[in-house]
Amino acid sequence: MNFSSFADFIAMGNHGLYVWTSYGISLAVLLLNAALPLLARRRYLQEEARRLRREEMK
Amino acid sequence: MNPVRKKRLFIILAILAGVGIAVALALSALQQNINLFYTPSQIAAGEAPQGTRIRAGGLVEQGSVERSSDSLGVSFRVTDGASTVTIRYQGILPDLFREGQGIVALGRVNEQGVLVADEVLAKHDENYMPPEVSQALEKSGMMKHYEGGKQEYQQ
Amino acid sequence: MNWTWFHKLGSPKWFYEISGRWLPWLAWAALLLIAVGTVWGLAFAPQDYQQGNSFRIIYIHVPAAFLAQSIYVMLAVAGLVGLVWKMKLADVALQQAAPIGAWMTFIALLTGAVWGKPTWGAWWVWDARLTSMLILLFLYFGVIALGQAISNRDSAAKACAVLSIVGVVNIPIIKYSVEWWNTLHQPATFKVTEKPAMPVEMWLPLLVMVIGFYCFFAAVLLMRMRLEVLRREARSSWVKSEIRTLVGKDA
Repeated sequence: MNFSSFADFIAMGNHGLYVWTSYGISLAVLLLNAALPLLARRRYLQEEARRLRREEMK
Repeated sequence: MNPVRKKRLFIILAILAGVGIAVALALSALQQNINLFYTPSQIAAGEAPQGTRIRAGGLVEQGSVERSSDSLGVSFRVTDGASTVTIRYQGILPDLFREGQGIVALGRVNEQGVLVADEVLAKHDENYMPPEVSQALEKSGMMKHYEGGKQEYQQ
Repeated sequence: MNWTWFHKLGSPKWFYEISGRWLPWLAWAALLLIAVGTVWGLAFAPQDYQQGNSFRIIYIHVPAAFLAQSIYVMLAVAGLVGLVWKMKLADVALQQAAPIGAWMTFIALLTGAVWGKPTWGAWWVWDARLTSMLILLFLYFGVIALGQAISNRDSAAKACAVLSIVGVVNIPIIKYSVEWWNTLHQPATFKVTEKPAMPVEMWLPLLVMVIGFYCFFAAVLLMRMRLEVLRREARSSWVKSEIRTLVGKDA
């Protein structure tokens, strides 16, 4: 461990704002990139399910 | 590979080569404009335009930093090993500013050949190391060995 | 030379089956490596003797910048394969990789700006490295826009492939910009031929992060490509039966 206390870890030697914004935004972008295809897939399958049900009723 | 595909492949590679050569020619023609800064040697040789704002880059010479006692004013010399340029600046210097550090200053050269800067940026090299290691290196006098990255100023 | 494996690669059905097997491994590897790399880089790696803790931004900046350039090279290769061999899957890969590449370029530029402020003293400088990286972002935007603007699938694929191949000229410019011109950006810390210009306790977490980012890209790309294959091949019988089983599971 490079830091002696949790407060030191958050402060990052007065570069905390820079380090944490970088990591925060980057992590958010990564999560977004992972979530978008998952959501798109779910939406597509729901549409397909509705379409199949309609076809069966005919 | 059948001949049709081979032909398509060659056409594409030829286009790519053409674009590559065109870009290479354009970039070499613009060589001087793409450089972010002039080295002290270039300024001494009169390559830098006079009377306009230019950027000068080099290493801050050891022992050349003089701070004004009553203001934020500071003057120092930058060197590329061959020539030096004196820089005057009013304002807060970046954290990394120190003697021996690479810097880039933006400003105008006045009649005395002094660059009056309104912006000073610190340039660091590609070497990273923990503080303990750098202290140990300083002590054993091996630091110079690790400063190869700064040779680019000494053209 | 035997090209059957190459043509097999072009079969959407074969791709869908094999990628389904790889996807969980890649996803877990990405999650694990990025988690380990982040904690290691943030808390355990030593600080830099000059930059202090702001140096830790390197653990995102460098992997994102590597990936931004690698993905563009991949677009160009996919474009070449699509144009020469008329492989449909190449266009799927190109279209689906471009947005990820744009996001990675965005991360590299953003973390670079946030890192530049405390170290250089400026958010942005128009030096050759930063400018060529910004051009890369616009090239990605161009590929994405072109793919969406042209409604005919084949023409869109051709246009995007040509733009990707021509734009690849920018990649060596990004890489060598720091050597060809005077830039504020420092030269590369990692070179293939030399040992890295940092001690092992600093570069090992970086290596973990780089591999993690590559796994992340592979996993997200496969997810996107699989959905696109289902959409484009919706009329084929294997997709119809696949959708029926998937829908059955979800309902």
